[in-house]
Amino acid sequence: MVDPIKRDDFWHLDPPLLAGLILLCGLSLLILYSAGGEDLSLLFRQGVRVLIGFTVLIALAQVPPETLSRWSPHIFGVGLGLLVLVLLVGAIGHGAQRWLNLGLFRFQPAEIMKLGVPMMVAWLLTRKTLPPGWRDVLIALGIVVAPVLLVVLQPDLGTAVLIAVSGLIAIFLAGLRWRYLLLALAALAAAGPFSWSMLHEYQQRRIVTLFDPWSDPLGAGYHTIQSIIAVGSGGVYGKGWLNGSQSQLEFIPERSTDFIFAVFGEEFGLIGALLLISLYIFVISRGIYISFYARDTFSRLVAGSLALTFFFYLFVNIGMVSGILPVVGIPLPLVSYGGTSMVTLMAGFGILMSIHTHKKFMPK
Amino acid sequence: MDELTLKDYLRETSIVQSRLISAAVIGVILVAVLLLRLFYLQVEQYQHYATLSQDNRIRLVPIPPVRGQIYDRNGVILAENLPVYTLEVTPDRVENMGTLLQQVGQLVELSEKDLERFKETLHARPGFEAQTLKAGLTDDEVGRFAVNQHRFNGIELRARLQRHYPLGAELVHVVGYVGRISEADLGQIDRAAYRGTDYIGKLGIEDRYEDILLGTVGYEQVETNAHGRVVRTLARTSPVAGGNVHLNIDTQLQKVARESLGEFEGAVVAVEPQTGALLAFVSNPVYDPNPFVNGIDAKSYKVLRESSSRPLLNRALNGRYAPGSTIKGLFALAALENHRSPEYAAFCPGWFSLKGSRHRYRCWKRTGHGSMNLYNAIVQSCDVYFYQLAHSLGIDKLHDFLTGYGLGRTTGVDLEGEPSGLVPSRDWKRRAKGQPWYPGETVITGIGQGYTLVTPLQLATVTGTLANHGKRIRPRLVHSIEEPQAKTRQVLHPEVLETVKLGNDQYYERVIHALTDVVHGQRGTARRVGRGAEYRFAGKTGTAQVIGIAQGARYDENKIAKRFRDHSLFIAFAPVADPKIAVAVIAENGGSGSRTAAPIARRVMDYFLTGSVEPLVPKKSKMTDLRDGGPDQT
Repeated sequence: MVDPIKRDDFWHLDPPLLAGLILLCGLSLLILYSAGGEDLSLLFRQGVRVLIGFTVLIALAQVPPETLSRWSPHIFGVGLGLLVLVLLVGAIGHGAQRWLNLGLFRFQPAEIMKLGVPMMVAWLLTRKTLPPGWRDVLIALGIVVAPVLLVVLQPDLGTAVLIAVSGLIAIFLAGLRWRYLLLALAALAAAGPFSWSMLHEYQQRRIVTLFDPWSDPLGAGYHTIQSIIAVGSGGVYGKGWLNGSQSQLEFIPERSTDFIFAVFGEEFGLIGALLLISLYIFVISRGIYISFYARDTFSRLVAGSLALTFFFYLFVNIGMVSGILPVVGIPLPLVSYGGTSMVTLMAGFGILMSIHTHKKFMPK
Repeated sequence: MDELTLKDYLRETSIVQSRLISAAVIGVILVAVLLLRLFYLQVEQYQHYATLSQDNRIRLVPIPPVRGQIYDRNGVILAENLPVYTLEVTPDRVENMGTLLQQVGQLVELSEKDLERFKETLHARPGFEAQTLKAGLTDDEVGRFAVNQHRFNGIELRARLQRHYPLGAELVHVVGYVGRISEADLGQIDRAAYRGTDYIGKLGIEDRYEDILLGTVGYEQVETNAHGRVVRTLARTSPVAGGNVHLNIDTQLQKVARESLGEFEGAVVAVEPQTGALLAFVSNPVYDPNPFVNGIDAKSYKVLRESSSRPLLNRALNGRYAPGSTIKGLFALAALENHRSPEYAAFCPGWFSLKGSRHRYRCWKRTGHGSMNLYNAIVQSCDVYFYQLAHSLGIDKLHDFLTGYGLGRTTGVDLEGEPSGLVPSRDWKRRAKGQPWYPGETVITGIGQGYTLVTPLQLATVTGTLANHGKRIRPRLVHSIEEPQAKTRQVLHPEVLETVKLGNDQYYERVIHALTDVVHGQRGTARRVGRGAEYRFAGKTGTAQVIGIAQGARYDENKIAKRFRDHSLFIAFAPVADPKIAVAVIAENGGSGSRTAAPIARRVMDYFLTGSVEPLVPKKSKMTDLRDGGPDQT
């Protein structure tokens, strides 16, 4: 037995990752102050969320990966049950329902699944030797599809996409054969034109607008156009903090939440955007590094899936803000104003830290 | 752990690690895509988006100018801008429009029309802009609303300037009125010039001098947010108030003229011969222009439109009448110009016939005038003399002569929609009626009957030309234009259109002498009207038939419905030696020219030249037969 890479861990935390996260949260508060119209109470609420997030992170970092692995089916099962419950409550309460009110705080069960699905997939696929056979792939797909469908019904397309992606990434990392992957992509491509012809004309038009905002500049295209103008007019150096006219004069819709990157791009310019993206890449790289050198396959799959899903967030959000992807409700991770996703993301990073710091029983 | 597990573990590790590397490669490609996109937006297209962002936030807000005022020649204000209270709603700030309108409706009367118009603008304009719900609140309504204002959101009481005509109906046919800009107007105006302005001149001076009265719109360059709310003002260009228009009209004279017309429908036009200044421009009846400013209601408008007295018709400008005997002065000039001897005497047996025809053209004096030379024919208005004269000159010469004096042509007055009147000719008849010219038509043209049509304005203008010995001057309502901000006043100088040159200027003297004796001579047809005048004036009566009278029948005024009675005409200028005023009067269905129109003209001249006027003698309600009762005939 070689003594594990016993680091001078402090509470099982990973200092580089922690530093990256703190910097991101700091930037979030900085830009929120500007985007929110210099509203201190908004800043305070976000600050509280950051603190809750870090508390959850620290808590989860203490839980060893094997415990997490053991918990996976239970977390998944409870999450699935809550999703059904939410739908039932929603049906009684007449209307869309994403929340469960637990008296003290409101709670969005779909968030559990952002962690529950990749953990469940990893747990399932690591019960046998990788790469998985087609039967296990089908079961894993079922694990992904069931909660996704329930979330779609809420309806919350953005979260559904994120849950699906986190599950699919786990399957991909587990060694899904390239030929299956290509086959799925081919099937998707083939189904495209067929589905298109099945749509009503107004639905087609709506989709066209998603990709071509200028076809409806005051309607569906408004968000994208104003956000592109904000980013473009920022130039190399930006208009300066609190000086973005697009942001300060409220031309950018949802500028504190999904479109906060537009505010960043406008006020800090290309240089600021590069800095922010570099910071993200550092955090993600650290996640991939942790996955790469994880102790066991379950940990490796979970860590990889979480890190890559985080990247997916980033790419889709900036792609949407800069007008190369259609507008879907996906926030800029850790920077956008908003409650539950912040806590979930921090929980994910807690798991990453746990994976990285519990290596005492390295199998030899 | 056994060997197998270890082997599996290593294999699994390499699978996942290779997948992680693949994913990282894809990630790097995607990041590169994002960076390229940002570079494209923020560097390549920077100028483009910077411009768009600038356009987004900077807006020009129009500041409407104050419309110029209209004054008469003595500075009496005819059109002004009064502050009125309006209720304005900013839809974005209203929670429930239905409830608001209902509650406000209990305090302030909201008509169907108000609501309808409001709903229209509600759709057409952005919600952050205040929109007029009701204009012109009464003092009571202002009070009631002001007390309750705190109960409402998004509705405000505001004082705005609105056009007002203090003299009401008196000058409507001169000043006209403004009204709200209509769809039709929008197609014709420069919209930029009207930004922030709701009103446009629709009629009269308000219409004709719109460019001057309007002023120049000012702008405020403001920074707005995405909702269009103004955040701050960046720059301001002040509006330039519209020019004040000063008229030649003398309001007192105008009133005297209209009072003198009394119940008669008709027109009085008075002009200063040397300058073309229009001193009075009366069309009777009149109507109040003030309701038109915010749109007259359909019912009131219908009453005006369908009234048999046709108040909406501007008779002074657009009324077309047969000139009757008032034309004889011009034809006397035509006779002299065509070398007819003034001493040539025609014999008037009371009628005239063309050779080979048994049709008798009667003289107004059935017993005949006997031997008439040019002077007597004018003074006594002998029809037979002028029948003969017209016949001998022929229609071509008559047409050319009248046209030379501006008849059958517009006068060029500063009002819109002036008709040209009609001086008949062979050509005209062929074109208009497809018929040849008959000699009998020339005969009646000689006494101003038949096809010839003149407007009261033309009649007054041609009278002025006569007084001027042929100098034709453009008649003008506007005297000067004052730019209140520049403190300048531009006086419009008289414009001589042309001078009718006759063979000998003596011709004018001769005809004017005869016209003077129409009122001052022993046998003049209007000698009664000349009595007691402090000045000498020249005049000519006219009676225009409204219906034809059968051969051998007598005209009996009492047996004819009022609307078929003759129109009464009179033209005059005074003083003869140095003409200061030329007047044309038309009293519809007023009977003979000397009885109705001449005294009106006399009063107008009296007032203008002496500053006082005899009180009006109440007209006898019953028309006594004056047809044979005196010399007051055509």
